[in-house]
Amino acid sequence: MKILIIGNGIAGITAARHIRKNSDHEIIVISGETDHFYSRTALMYIFMGHMRFEETKPYEDWFWMKNRIQLYRAWVETVDTDQKHVILDNGKSMSYDKLIIATGSSSNYFGWPGQDLKGVQGLYNMMDLEELEKNAQHCKHAVIVGGGLIGIELGEMLHSRHIPVTFLIREDSYWNNVLPPGESAMVSKHIREHGFNLITSKNLGEIIGDERGCVTGIKIKETGEEIECDLVGITAGVHPNIEFIKSSKIDTNRGVLVNHYLETNIPDVYAIGDCAEFKEPIAGRRPIEQVWYTGRMQGEVLAQNIVGNRQPYRPGPWFNSAKFLDIEYQTYGMVMPKLKEGEESLYWEHPDGKMCVHIVYQPADKKFIGINTFGIRMRHHLFDQWLREEQSVEYVLRNLRAANFDPEFCKMYEREIIQQYNQQTGSSVYLQSKRSFSSVLSFLKK
Amino acid sequence: MQTNNSLSLANPHPPQLNWAQKLSLALGALGGLILLVAIAAPSDLNMQSWLWPSLGLLTASGLLYTYFTYKDKPAGIKNDGNFFSSLSHRGVVGWVLGIIITGFYVLLYYFESYLGFNENGANTGLVQMFDPLSMFLKGKAASQWFVYGVLYTVAILVMGVKFIVKYRHNKYQVLRTISVMFFQLAFAFLIPEILEGLNSDKAYFAKDMKNMWPLNYYFFEDWHLDNMLSGGGLGMFMLVLGIAMIFIISPILTYFYGKRWYCSWVCGCGGLAETAGDPFRHLSSKKLIAWKIERWMIYAVLAIIIFVTGMVLYTYFTGQAQILFLNTYTLRSAYGFWIGAAFSGVIGVGFYPILGSRVWCRFGCPMAAILGLQQRFFSRFRITTNGGQCISCGNCSTYCEMGIDVRWYAQRGQNIVRASCVGCGICSAVCPRGVLRLENGPVNEDRFGEPKPIIIGRDEVGILS
Ligand SMILES: Cc1cc2nc3c(=O)[nH]c(=O)nc-3n(C[C@H](O)[C@H](O)[C@H](O)COP(=O)(O)OP(=O)(O)OC[C@H]3O[C@@H](n4cnc5c(N)ncnc54)[C@H](O)[C@@H]3O)c2cc1C
Ligand code: SF4
Ligand code: SF4
Repeated sequence: MKILIIGNGIAGITAARHIRKNSDHEIIVISGETDHFYSRTALMYIFMGHMRFEETKPYEDWFWMKNRIQLYRAWVETVDTDQKHVILDNGKSMSYDKLIIATGSSSNYFGWPGQDLKGVQGLYNMMDLEELEKNAQHCKHAVIVGGGLIGIELGEMLHSRHIPVTFLIREDSYWNNVLPPGESAMVSKHIREHGFNLITSKNLGEIIGDERGCVTGIKIKETGEEIECDLVGITAGVHPNIEFIKSSKIDTNRGVLVNHYLETNIPDVYAIGDCAEFKEPIAGRRPIEQVWYTGRMQGEVLAQNIVGNRQPYRPGPWFNSAKFLDIEYQTYGMVMPKLKEGEESLYWEHPDGKMCVHIVYQPADKKFIGINTFGIRMRHHLFDQWLREEQSVEYVLRNLRAANFDPEFCKMYEREIIQQYNQQTGSSVYLQSKRSFSSVLSFLKK
Repeated sequence: MQTNNSLSLANPHPPQLNWAQKLSLALGALGGLILLVAIAAPSDLNMQSWLWPSLGLLTASGLLYTYFTYKDKPAGIKNDGNFFSSLSHRGVVGWVLGIIITGFYVLLYYFESYLGFNENGANTGLVQMFDPLSMFLKGKAASQWFVYGVLYTVAILVMGVKFIVKYRHNKYQVLRTISVMFFQLAFAFLIPEILEGLNSDKAYFAKDMKNMWPLNYYFFEDWHLDNMLSGGGLGMFMLVLGIAMIFIISPILTYFYGKRWYCSWVCGCGGLAETAGDPFRHLSSKKLIAWKIERWMIYAVLAIIIFVTGMVLYTYFTGQAQILFLNTYTLRSAYGFWIGAAFSGVIGVGFYPILGSRVWCRFGCPMAAILGLQQRFFSRFRITTNGGQCISCGNCSTYCEMGIDVRWYAQRGQNIVRASCVGCGICSAVCPRGVLRLENGPVNEDRFGEPKPIIIGRDEVGILS
């Protein structure tokens, strides 16, 4: 059987690897961006000189041939599900028995006047990075529009080249459409401490250019104020990259529509990763999941489906992580920007403003709902288990130290966190477990 | 993508040094220049009064550079521009530095007279410059090894301060570095030099208590055993301690903490690699082929030193130097020349800017080989990976000085249990997602964190029955 995968990102490549592990099918991966799989999440590090492109490739180049995964560099232009073939930008066509669409995302542009000027760009792929190299060369001031995870990375990248950056965000505090107020305020402060000019509650009105078609500034919608700049980074989110599918018989909405088995409406055609949209969202999750690990998990599940071990995609408790300049962030379970009905929260922040822990629970039955941690690493295995077991917030607090994943000798703050809980609720929870590995194992074996 | 793959000698994004940083570096260059002049100057030029100015300039340079580099930067990972810098990415500066250090090592090991060392009379040149300090510490004129010891210690101390400031947010890094600085200053330098002075009537034997066989390859040579035996209380102590280190202390510590207790907390070679070598750690090769070469080479060196030591002990107990066609004296001097000097010194340190900071530790050191074997098979140490949080970015692998492809394990949720890991903890420090943690735990349970087909984060796949 010939399996054709469009896209060599984490989703497509994980599917390919797992199909190979479990079968002898012919596997071809087509991708237009790069010859080999690289880690998109490491784009920023290439620009900042922490790594070269070479270092961002998780597998050495010989790996693919050795595992009989054929790589083909081209852009797919059309998909014909009747003929069961795809047509490439070089005019060739390629047939398949099964087709996997894993084409990822594209940056959002909201039709701003001037968005096509030279010096206006998003940050999603290698082409963007090359463009940024050019745009940054003589850049004196950059404006970044939209303050999500990619925006802050772009800001950090430009700062590493000593380019002053202004952040223009719609929200009144950084990323507070996702982060609760405490965390958002802390990160906003950290952003300013790094010397970024953070402008909140403002929208982009238009982008201004000169007669050569180059950016010279932006205009703020609300105030009409102009900010001079020669680079505009547009990081206002991403959307599924499926333009080329639209002409086919495959059902799409914002993304390629799939069921829980990652199957589209056309037999033998599947979609995974950033470009897939669940017709019926999985309970408690968004219909389109645009993160690294969901692409990986969907790739694994689809591989099982294709080799005959059919099963639905059943993600476990939500988790994620990011880094805001120097502050690491991890989250387990569901911490919403605003507390839901019947939820209560415990927010502890270190006086130096570089660390905080935010735990959400239901006071009625004390059920633990989720945790955000900044500047303190936590152990995924334990939180995964505690969320599945629906443990109580007090159980989690008692055992918080076992979940601490910071390097040895780092100062630990579980006592302070528990003390705050006790003060807040009048309880008398105390720290029970130690951080030793044996104590961790004792939880996992249960 | 030419701009990203900064392989060339040209530097697309010059690091923007401010005038204060440049001035600090200039001071260091001046200090180094004095040392060079002392080497090159005619032998009747006495440069003794230049010792402190030179060491002072070098120290001030390092400290001021550190201050001006980090004073305005919030604590955090500082790897910006590493792959663009001429120094840290095999540019002209890196090559020149590599050649200078290599040249110094060649003089040191093979042409000490060019450094001014004179066995039968007064020293001249560079070695003479260090005579006063040597007189003060042990009442003897300096040797080239004394010069080397001082410069080595200064390098670890000054660059250690830089390292601590750079990683000040990470207590593991801070404590570990204070430890290597302490062991270098006290155990490798001051204590041996002072003891040497107090025992100047006795023949030489090694007095660095932490430098054990097989890193100290001459420990079991007949002259060394004899000198220890006739070395009074201290000699006996060093003999007993030396043997206890090999057979008792080291195995116990390695069992509990892995080889890191030695390689990145105590050892002098490791100490230099971790401090002065830090700007070059990402240059180690992560290719599978490098790992293959590493395994062949390091265990070959281990086999050779065990064989040579066996022969040497045979000579010691039987008095016979010839076994079949092999002469134990030729053997040991060959080991000393090729491995003790050429490999560990000239290549090990001289090639820092080209091959990375742990070439010797990774490909050659027989001590690392022994500790590594134990770490792999009988130790509580491992690096745990944090569930499904890895984003395969590659920072961990890139900054592993031992060339371990840490990401390979992390992205499949498997623990890292590798013979070569020196437990420096940098992979964990640079990981932007908090995925790696150095830990000690039960030996047999889950130590390897079996390579799960599915990383945690979703319900286990029902295996087809
Ligand atoms: C700068 C940045 C930082 C990020 N950081 C994080 C993070 O820290 N954590 C996290 O969880 N997520 C992060 N993400 C998101 C994460 O990278 C994506 O969710 C993930 O890469 C999606 O993987 P994918 O395999 O679905 O698609 P992609 O990685 O986008 O791969 C799709 C591939 O398909 C190819 N392709 C597309 N169209 C065609 C076509 N017509 N023909 C041929 N080939 C085609 C493209 O060349 C591309 O290589 C980040 C994203 C960016 C841009
Ligand atoms: S640095 Fe961390 S996130 Fe990046 S590859 Fe290594 S373990 Fe994974
Ligand atoms: S694996 Fe990590 S701790 Fe071990 S040597 Fe490499 S960087 Fe250091």
